[in-house]
Amino acid sequence: MKLHELTIAQASGLLKNKEITSVELTRAILDRIEAVDGRVGAYLTVDADGAMAQAKAADQRLADGDAAPLTGIPLGIKDLICTQGLRTTCASKILENFIPPYDATVISRLKNAGAVIVGKLNMDEFAMGSTTEHSGFQVTRNPWNLDRIPGGSSGGSAAAVAADMCLGALGSDTGGSIRQPASHCGVVGIKPTYGRVSRFGLVAFASSLDQIGPLGKTVADCAIMLDAIAGHDPRDSTSVPEPVPTFSAIAENGLSDVVVGIPREYSSAHGLDPQVGAAVERAVKTIESLGARCIEVSLPHTDYAVAAYYVIAPSEASSNLARYDGVKYGFRDRTQTDLLQMYRSTRTQGFGPEVQRRIILGTYALSAGYYDAYYGKASQIRTLIKNDFQTAFASCDAIISPVAPTPAYPIGETLDDPLTMYLSDIFTLSANLAGIPGISVPCGFSDDGLPIGLQIMGRHFNESMLFQIARQFERAATLTDKKPLL
Amino acid sequence: MKITKAEVLHVAHLARLDIGDSDVDRLAGQIGTILDYVDTLKQVDTTGVPATSHAITLTNAFREDELQSHLDPEAALANAPEKDDGAFAVPKVI
Repeated sequence: MKLHELTIAQASGLLKNKEITSVELTRAILDRIEAVDGRVGAYLTVDADGAMAQAKAADQRLADGDAAPLTGIPLGIKDLICTQGLRTTCASKILENFIPPYDATVISRLKNAGAVIVGKLNMDEFAMGSTTEHSGFQVTRNPWNLDRIPGGSSGGSAAAVAADMCLGALGSDTGGSIRQPASHCGVVGIKPTYGRVSRFGLVAFASSLDQIGPLGKTVADCAIMLDAIAGHDPRDSTSVPEPVPTFSAIAENGLSDVVVGIPREYSSAHGLDPQVGAAVERAVKTIESLGARCIEVSLPHTDYAVAAYYVIAPSEASSNLARYDGVKYGFRDRTQTDLLQMYRSTRTQGFGPEVQRRIILGTYALSAGYYDAYYGKASQIRTLIKNDFQTAFASCDAIISPVAPTPAYPIGETLDDPLTMYLSDIFTLSANLAGIPGISVPCGFSDDGLPIGLQIMGRHFNESMLFQIARQFERAATLTDKKPLL
Repeated sequence: MKITKAEVLHVAHLARLDIGDSDVDRLAGQIGTILDYVDTLKQVDTTGVPATSHAITLTNAFREDELQSHLDPEAALANAPEKDDGAFAVPKVI
């Protein structure tokens, strides 16, 4: 038994039965990182000493019979979630030496559950990108093919899970940043409903769209992690005081009562690779064979989602990133003696090109004379997109689509062509605009062995339906045993 | 071009960024391409459509105005590039 290959559910059982210890498991993960991360580049910070100390404490809890499902489980954290005393960079030079003085709520909850935090994972700087190439520090490679992108922005999280360098990870999703890298790396990732998980301590990109969620090797593992982090938090006034079901109690009674919608607009979407289309069609057949009824639905404003998103997200980002001014934390250009020039020089040196591009785009869209034409218009289109989903969900329980239009593409392909990168978010960012949950679950491989993901979206606060469909599909598709060769 | 070099420089100033001469053309081109694409939004008639700023219906989150624990000043200042006597220090303003 290779300890690093265990799922959370398996490891949790072995820990509880005293067949393994968290110290052994955590050591195995640290060894695995040592062995393969030089080639993958998923971690920005590995906290070996801290992880071993947490593992020892977890073993004590297990011995005391006081264990939760995540007690003793080594997890990785996307590097925009604040961890007290552990460097949190957002993969940006401007936060290169930032040591948070507090834990994000999701981190407090993981620590209360006894999870072991192994380290911090690479991403596109401030989560702006779909490839993880826009990190201020390093490129992360896809474990299935080291010349390909892992997706992004939670590319480090997805690659680390795929390469067995943690048992599960947290990411964040503003326009697809959990689901798309999960799809490219052959793992499961869920963006919960907006407001389901506290954003306190999540470094803000676009506050009305950002949501934290788990990435795991299986659907069940994601449900276990979401159980630990979900729920209202008084410190995030946008977190919703809705009751939280036990997601890991996944309904296993088939899909015979389930109606699944297939959006007619998605089959003709820009740039859809035929292999992805075929894999999704096969997945729909599998889901039908499990008892679900599949119907066609319409999301008529699909074509406008990317344009609306790339007004709204950069606008919110330009406002959120105004706080990086070299005064309270982070990098400062100390050679400047004039305050205004200090701001300008600090920000210009501290932010990478993609972040600067989005700040300028967002500032332009919000500037005098353009606000109504851009931000105002996009916010109205957002209403229409939200209404499209509401109408569709009147006749179905879940909507199925591709996650990304193509399998992972070669590193470097869209570096100088931001619009092409943006267009690849077509299937994922509508869920953020509408605030609904979406999960990515592996549904096949391309001819050259790259993973392809299936997206299932649901009504607000109905993550349980996504887990149910994804779990049944995962069992029928039997793809989880396949591992990248590293 | 959708956005002029002068506009890029003006917006960069508002955003407190220095854009070098060699980057202005490239940025104006890239942002112009994105804005051209964004213009497809104009095809949609949104007369009378309310704007959505949050997808979930939110209500004000009130709480009692009570003293709560907070970061101690030393921890809050720990990441400051420069500090002086319990405050963040910046270059001279006046």
